[in-house]
Amino acid sequence: MERWRRVISTYRTAPDEALPVVLSQSGTHGPVISALNQTARDRGISAGDRVVDAQAIHPDLHVEPADLRGDELLMDRLVHWSRRWCPWTALDGAAGLVLDVTGSVHLFGGAEALLRDICQRFAMQGLSARVAMTPTRGAGRALSRFGPAVSQCGPDDVSAALAPLPVSALGLSPDTARLLHRLGLKTIGDLAQVPRVSMMRRFANLAAADNPLILLDQALGRVAEPLNAPPDPQHFMARARLAEPVMDPTPYMAALSEDLCRALAQAEQGARQLRLTIYRIDGESVSVSRATARASRDPAHLVRLFDDQLSNVDPGFGFDLITLEATRAEPLARVQSELDGKRNADADLAGLLDRLTARLGKERVSWPVSEQTHKPERVAGRVAALEHPPGEVVSLPRERPVRLLHPAEEVQVIYAVPEGPPSQFRWRRVLYKTARFAGPERIAPEWWRDRPGTRLRDYYKVEVAHGGRFWLYREGLDGDQRGGPPRWFLHGLFA
Amino acid sequence: MPEDSLENARKGLSLYLPEAKPQAKAVPVQTIALTDLLPARPFDPAATGFALASLPQGREGPVLWVQDRASRQENGQVYMPSLKAFGITRPVLQIMVNHPRDVLWAMEEGAACSALSAVIGEVYGAPKVLSFTATKRLALRSEASGVPVFMIRAGDPGGLSAARARWRVGSLPSTANPDNRQAPGAARWDAELFRARGRAPGRWVATYERDASNSLRFLPRADDGTLAQGDQHLSHRAG
Repeated sequence: MERWRRVISTYRTAPDEALPVVLSQSGTHGPVISALNQTARDRGISAGDRVVDAQAIHPDLHVEPADLRGDELLMDRLVHWSRRWCPWTALDGAAGLVLDVTGSVHLFGGAEALLRDICQRFAMQGLSARVAMTPTRGAGRALSRFGPAVSQCGPDDVSAALAPLPVSALGLSPDTARLLHRLGLKTIGDLAQVPRVSMMRRFANLAAADNPLILLDQALGRVAEPLNAPPDPQHFMARARLAEPVMDPTPYMAALSEDLCRALAQAEQGARQLRLTIYRIDGESVSVSRATARASRDPAHLVRLFDDQLSNVDPGFGFDLITLEATRAEPLARVQSELDGKRNADADLAGLLDRLTARLGKERVSWPVSEQTHKPERVAGRVAALEHPPGEVVSLPRERPVRLLHPAEEVQVIYAVPEGPPSQFRWRRVLYKTARFAGPERIAPEWWRDRPGTRLRDYYKVEVAHGGRFWLYREGLDGDQRGGPPRWFLHGLFA
Repeated sequence: MPEDSLENARKGLSLYLPEAKPQAKAVPVQTIALTDLLPARPFDPAATGFALASLPQGREGPVLWVQDRASRQENGQVYMPSLKAFGITRPVLQIMVNHPRDVLWAMEEGAACSALSAVIGEVYGAPKVLSFTATKRLALRSEASGVPVFMIRAGDPGGLSAARARWRVGSLPSTANPDNRQAPGAARWDAELFRARGRAPGRWVATYERDASNSLRFLPRADDGTLAQGDQHLSHRAG
């Protein structure tokens, strides 16, 4: 909810805090509420309700679509960001982080100062955090979600701190929590007083992640619950520190690239994006970025991507540090080169795409794709070759010109005939006489895309006296009440 | 007929041309290395069709097509949905640049990459960068890698070039349409080979066969510009 508010306020005015705002996601029986603000919560709406029900009760409800994928990405980022406090952090549930701060509390001046620092740092990002520092992971999960906003307990008072919390604080599934409620076990304290043997017998067939006894033992520290922290993303960088300022980075590129490729080869990774940064002695730095069509750790190829750009870099009074880093890397297994000495055609093509894109720009190097449309000029689409595989080439049922003029050029009609194309017309100041023609092929405007008032087109393939073959069209019909008399355009040239 | 050229013809890498004089022997023209295509008239797309029709069959890999801005504006963009009519089902890597210098650079990169099946480049007019040296570099690279390179030089009066074959191609009135007498039929081109390595120049009427062979067909041409009598000197591009 808070992330949505921050994102939305960057490009439009966020709705008033006094209004109930909910984020909706699609559920089995229509949209359901996935997040809501405080006003909505005060009105009695809760997450998981259906949007239509809530709207019926509260007509002023403001509904926005939820961005679940964005939330996940943010949480993944936060896992790594929170390693500023300790080396072991992991995701806990959909919106929780667990940090193993054993041994790093004194670095922040004690437990209270650490908790305060965490709250402040999250607040600086526009997020509110509920924190709890406990000896076990399960207790932290329960206290942070159901206890006070900032709480702390030592190893001796864990059971006392957990006792007043509801049983669902242990992380039980709704079914198990409801079952415990029916049994009269409303709080963790109630649960702890039940004899273990009867608990074990009653819940023997439940999985460990949903078993109240195991979860309780984990929360109270009787069973270990280790933290499985995801590894830090690897960062590949090669540096060249120079003793004296130099003006031309080219001689150092080969060594830098080899260093980087050695590091990549050790990790069995290949670079997809590269950044070369040049640090000038006056404190300025210049970066040049390059991308590759497929993961590569070929030093010569990576150097060639930067070939033409290095002469454009302004060296100022010289520079003394060059770094080459792989900003994005992908797994690339070691492959044996082919025994017959032939080169791998796919690798050759990927290398060609990289070089062409690096020099000419991403939008100039493209594969054709065909769009689902009738308009001839819209059928032939293009996608950047570096990012997409080549699309399937479709053939249209009718003959199409080999070259298309875009936009179509108007021709001047000299002799019009009632049916068919003009018998004489002038295009680019040359007079042509129609010898033969085929057509018409009528292409109607696409009402779902075109502006209202767009006129239909009748296409003719026209052959003129000397042999040129043109694709002419008449825009509109006489008396279609969409503008004046129809005009003629030349749209393409047949081979 | 030399052995190696027969072999090339089987791979679809050379064009078989009948002699302009019907008595002489047919001599192949290699399409490996640089081939220049000059349109006979302004805005005439016959050279494009001729290049598409003479692309070698049976080669894997995409076709690289490079256009500069002037040829896009003057002659129009290549319209990809039409290429299947020329039997081209390979993807076409399309490059649109502004300056002829970049066209030549991209063509050189492509000519050195043996993963491509052909390179087609278009340069409008006769810019200074399109010098004899530039074409020679292209021709040598193409010969080294075995990738055929076609250069469409629209608006060029016929400057120097190191191309192994130079054609001037113009449109001719199409054949009779079997279904409709009023409609144009299959395209025919007036193909003049005005410079070639290892053979005499000549002038033919070229057509494209839309059958299983997907081949370019050359018919001898009478001096008055009409077709010579008889089709006995048909020649196929072996596929």
